[in-house]
Amino acid sequence: MAEVSITNVRKVYPGNVEAVKGVSIDIPDGGFCVLVGPSGCGKSTLLRMVAGLETITSGECRIGGRVVNEIEPSDRDIAMVFQNYALYPHMSVYDNMAYGLRNRGTPKDEIERRVQEASKILGIESFLERRPRQLSGGQRQRVAMGRAIVRKPQVFLFDEPLSNLDAKLRVQMRVEIKKLQRALGVTSIYVTHDQVEAMTLSDKLVVMSAGRVEQMGLPNEVYRKPASRFVATFIGSPPMNIARGVVRGKGAVSIGDVVLPVADMAADLVPGAAIEVGLRPEDLIVTPNGSLTMAVDFIEELGATQLFHGMLGGAALVIQAASGLVPADSKTLNLSIDPAKVHLFDLETGMRRGL
Amino acid sequence: MVENRTFGDRLAYLILTIGVLILAFPVYLTFVASTWDAATIINGQMPLYPGPFFAENYYRTLFIGTAGTTREPVINMMINSFVMAMAIALGKIFISVLSAYAVVYYRFPFRMAAFWLIFLTLMLPVEVRIFPTFKVVADIGFLDTYQGLAVPLIASATGTLLFRQFFMTIPDELLEASKIDGAGPFRFFKDTVLPLSMTTVAALFVIQFIYGWNQYLWPLLITTKDSMQTIVIGIKKMIVTADALTEWQLAMTTAVLAMLPPVAVVILMQRLFVKGLVDQEK
Repeated sequence: MAEVSITNVRKVYPGNVEAVKGVSIDIPDGGFCVLVGPSGCGKSTLLRMVAGLETITSGECRIGGRVVNEIEPSDRDIAMVFQNYALYPHMSVYDNMAYGLRNRGTPKDEIERRVQEASKILGIESFLERRPRQLSGGQRQRVAMGRAIVRKPQVFLFDEPLSNLDAKLRVQMRVEIKKLQRALGVTSIYVTHDQVEAMTLSDKLVVMSAGRVEQMGLPNEVYRKPASRFVATFIGSPPMNIARGVVRGKGAVSIGDVVLPVADMAADLVPGAAIEVGLRPEDLIVTPNGSLTMAVDFIEELGATQLFHGMLGGAALVIQAASGLVPADSKTLNLSIDPAKVHLFDLETGMRRGL
Repeated sequence: MVENRTFGDRLAYLILTIGVLILAFPVYLTFVASTWDAATIINGQMPLYPGPFFAENYYRTLFIGTAGTTREPVINMMINSFVMAMAIALGKIFISVLSAYAVVYYRFPFRMAAFWLIFLTLMLPVEVRIFPTFKVVADIGFLDTYQGLAVPLIASATGTLLFRQFFMTIPDELLEASKIDGAGPFRFFKDTVLPLSMTTVAALFVIQFIYGWNQYLWPLLITTKDSMQTIVIGIKKMIVTADALTEWQLAMTTAVLAMLPPVAVVILMQRLFVKGLVDQEK
């Protein structure tokens, strides 16, 4: 059990390519931290530096209070689950899980006990003698997790562990990982580019972009109060609508000729200033007496919900509503929105312009 | 269409059969000749079926040898050839696995230079560098020894290249997983790289054993003693005789014997080959 603290960590590759530009993250003991961002944002590099697979150019990484910058991966007391599982193809499932323990000189009966225990947790007892090739994707994923569990490490590192699975299995394994992490209480760092995984798994969500942390915090906090346009559009599906708008005075902006009330608005915004307005598709509520009128172009049926694509004040807009609530042949919709759910972003920097 | 295809199939089989017969006939003739006595072969009336001298010919060849030219029992030559071929095959596998492992997995100064030097030796087969090699071997005092037969032929790049190509297909994540599992470079080599390379090792062993077994020029140069000659040289000596009748029945017996070990290696290793392949596909 240990907390992980990353302080001002940078990674510069030969040729002066700066992959990670000074990142500081503190993860409490037993916390589940998810690093999310588009590909090339440095999230995997950061994870690999914690694992010890990449050297840290500058800054400090501590696990359980101990600086691990110069410590070999095997001595950092971590376990890692790789994207392609990285199981040893020539070893049985049992040997795959036991290998790390054997290298550490763990006694045979202890290895046996731990492998049995881990395989029971993961439900893989029945194929301990099989080779990885004889297993399905989901089973291999479990074995990779088993290999991590038997070590009883201080920290679990997950490098996009679910991206090779099909959609259904991904949802199932996501739940299992969360349960398992809760049950074992091991500090975990999880890298993904899937914002749904990020939202559901984390109790500390770190959104990265271009080698920097854009925002970190509780998933709900990040979702409700995105610190920048990047975070706002990256987290959430369908993504937040962003429209050009103009400040109309205190607590009001307009998109085209449609005026919206705003609760969270920086004090220094002057009327007439151009601004970007962000509206989450599910925050726009369809009501007969809504003050905003949207012209509907077409509808996407998702089963539980429907997506309405249309125009509001000259800007393209998508809204989400529960199925059956709105007639599918509606040409115009009346919408209303809670002023607290209107987000403002600076036109140039993309930063949030809230209080 | 169907008509055509059967005709095509038959034609293919016909050509194949002719090809097999052309290739197999000399081998069969060699075997037949090894079962007749010298007189029958020399007067040109040897039948196309095996004769009654099988046991005698093989006994004489293996344990007594020819009367004039080679003076050594062929069993000794076979042992020499076998030792040489095994030393070359095993030595080459050992050296090339290690050097390929170094080139692929270690970052050291002049790594690529080392690799290209190894690569360059591909352009210098034994025949090209035979004089300097002979000089070196003679100066060390390796003439007429097994070391002299085998060591110079071990040094070449084919195996290194083969293993390098294979190692590069091993995913990096396996190395990283090993690192996290606490396996150092040697453990990673022994526990992961080597077991995964077994089919490549088997393939290289087959190729190199046959290469070593069939060596002619090099053994001819550095062996002078009868007790060190290899079977390939033995056959040659038996056939070319200046002032005596060629003992064809013994020469043919030797030829048949010379074919057996490579065939055995191919058959045995083929099993391992297939096993490795099947294991991987499962």
